Amino acid sequence: MSARRHLAGLAVVLAALVIVALFLKRSDVYLLTLWAVYLMATMGLNLTAGYAGQMSLGQAAFFGIGAYIAALLLKASWPFLAVLPVAAIVCFVVGIVVGFPALRVQHHYLAFATLGFNVLAYLAMRNEEAITGGTFGISGIPRPTLFGVDLGGHLAYWYWTLGSLVVLGGLLWWLLRSPWGRAFTALRDNPIRAESLGINITAYTLLAFAIGAACAGIAGVYYASLVEFIEPGPFHFSTSLMMLLAVIVGGSGRFYGPALGTAIVILLPEFLRGSSVPWLKFMQVWYLAFFGIAVIVLMIWLPGGLLSLRERLDRKGGPQ
Amino acid sequence: MSDASFLEVRDVRKHYGAIKAVDGVSFAVGPGEIIGVIGPNGSGKTTLFNAILGQIRPTSGSVRFRGDDVTGMSPLELSRRGVGRTFQTLQVFGQLPVRDNLIVAAQEFQGTLPGRLFAAPDAGLGERADEMIELFRLQHVARLPAGRLSYGQQKLIDIAMAFMAKPRLVLLDEPCAGVNPSLVDQLRELLVTLNKTQGGSFVVIEHNMDFIMRLCPHVICMVEGKVLAEGKPADVQANPAVLEAYLGN
Repeated sequence: MSARRHLAGLAVVLAALVIVALFLKRSDVYLLTLWAVYLMATMGLNLTAGYAGQMSLGQAAFFGIGAYIAALLLKASWPFLAVLPVAAIVCFVVGIVVGFPALRVQHHYLAFATLGFNVLAYLAMRNEEAITGGTFGISGIPRPTLFGVDLGGHLAYWYWTLGSLVVLGGLLWWLLRSPWGRAFTALRDNPIRAESLGINITAYTLLAFAIGAACAGIAGVYYASLVEFIEPGPFHFSTSLMMLLAVIVGGSGRFYGPALGTAIVILLPEFLRGSSVPWLKFMQVWYLAFFGIAVIVLMIWLPGGLLSLRERLDRKGGPQ
Repeated sequence: MSDASFLEVRDVRKHYGAIKAVDGVSFAVGPGEIIGVIGPNGSGKTTLFNAILGQIRPTSGSVRFRGDDVTGMSPLELSRRGVGRTFQTLQVFGQLPVRDNLIVAAQEFQGTLPGRLFAAPDAGLGERADEMIELFRLQHVARLPAGRLSYGQQKLIDIAMAFMAKPRLVLLDEPCAGVNPSLVDQLRELLVTLNKTQGGSFVVIEHNMDFIMRLCPHVICMVEGKVLAEGKPADVQANPAVLEAYLGN
């Protein structure tokens, strides 16, 4: 696809997201915003797992760290734009600290090492009541006012989140097209060869992990401000699994994969549950079972994710 | 061994318990020299390469490159010192386009790690990559993912990658393996051209005798982890011990 067609397609999708929100119920706009927030985290995970090949099950921990930093600082009247870099930098540094020992192992060993970190972070969030409020959580997290514009309304916050998502997406796009992005892909495809070509696999692996963590931290800030109340539940390792599922369902290592995957993982169950279409009414009860079966079928039929559909069809239609 | 040796391998051994995969191998490679390493399967050629290149640590012995002791040094560090290699099996980055495979093979030698983040997407290597693509006659597939190409084309990319950063020393492990016979001559010509234009020394492991005899002025024959014979290709080829090692009694 040419760059012009690509940009035109992206502009159409963004315009649709801007316009459609005007006609949606408040709860649907909330869901859309939740999708954008999770997408920030899954785009980061796509960098770590999809492009750099590091199977992480700790993304929800960074998401939580970002959310708690936001909750504490926003309640202390810090400006939202000052909280963002703090959350990103803290998660980046924690990513380096966790990644340095954890990334000495690969594949499913790494998945379990990062899962262990997620469990530890979750326990800290639940038990360190003096800081996190424990299971009672932290409430009354304000939404931002930027340059005199109040972003407290559901539509205003959606547009703010969407704009931020575009900026973050643009930064990741640029990163992936830089020599760093090429090095990430090289170390995922063949780390032994990459090292023989002078690619510092330890440095690049750590960077991919820490940048992915920073994205989750940023997502956490938007999440805390969106829900206005946080407790440890959403940062359980099951959320990390859900985020990884979103990356894989959409197409791991494909730029737009997480957008599609997150929509399916976040929006599809809610759409099925809340559907008022007569022939879909049974979904109000069966939506989770249907969702589970749909994911199983999809993974068997399209292990490369939804965005690999075209390649699969091309292979089927092409010469054998 | 002369002071002018680029690479000096001295009494290198690699033992796995009672198995002596490499057993006291010594040789030297001078600047610009091309040396061939032959030997039957299991004679320890690839283990020797891996011991020289830091993939495995030798049990004993030393490896010196340009006067420095590099024994057991990591492949990353050796690469930074100007040592390139190819592997016995194909080692391209299948998801990356051919041109990107070549760029990534040299980009780490351009500036600093933080600097590369803000560098041009091709890291200033686009022209060099295009030169190599032309030299290896890969223009028609330059934009395709390397993993989609034929074995022979991937082999050419693999070799081109090893030369992208203009290394001082390249160790090639069976460059002709699995390559169409019509491509073997092209490969030999390419290596001769690269040796003349880029300089650098090559050590080549190969089973294709015709290829190695025509490419390398000096050949080492290994058997059971030891150097059985070395010298001019014709002399090694005529050596009765070498013939016996290959053909048996």
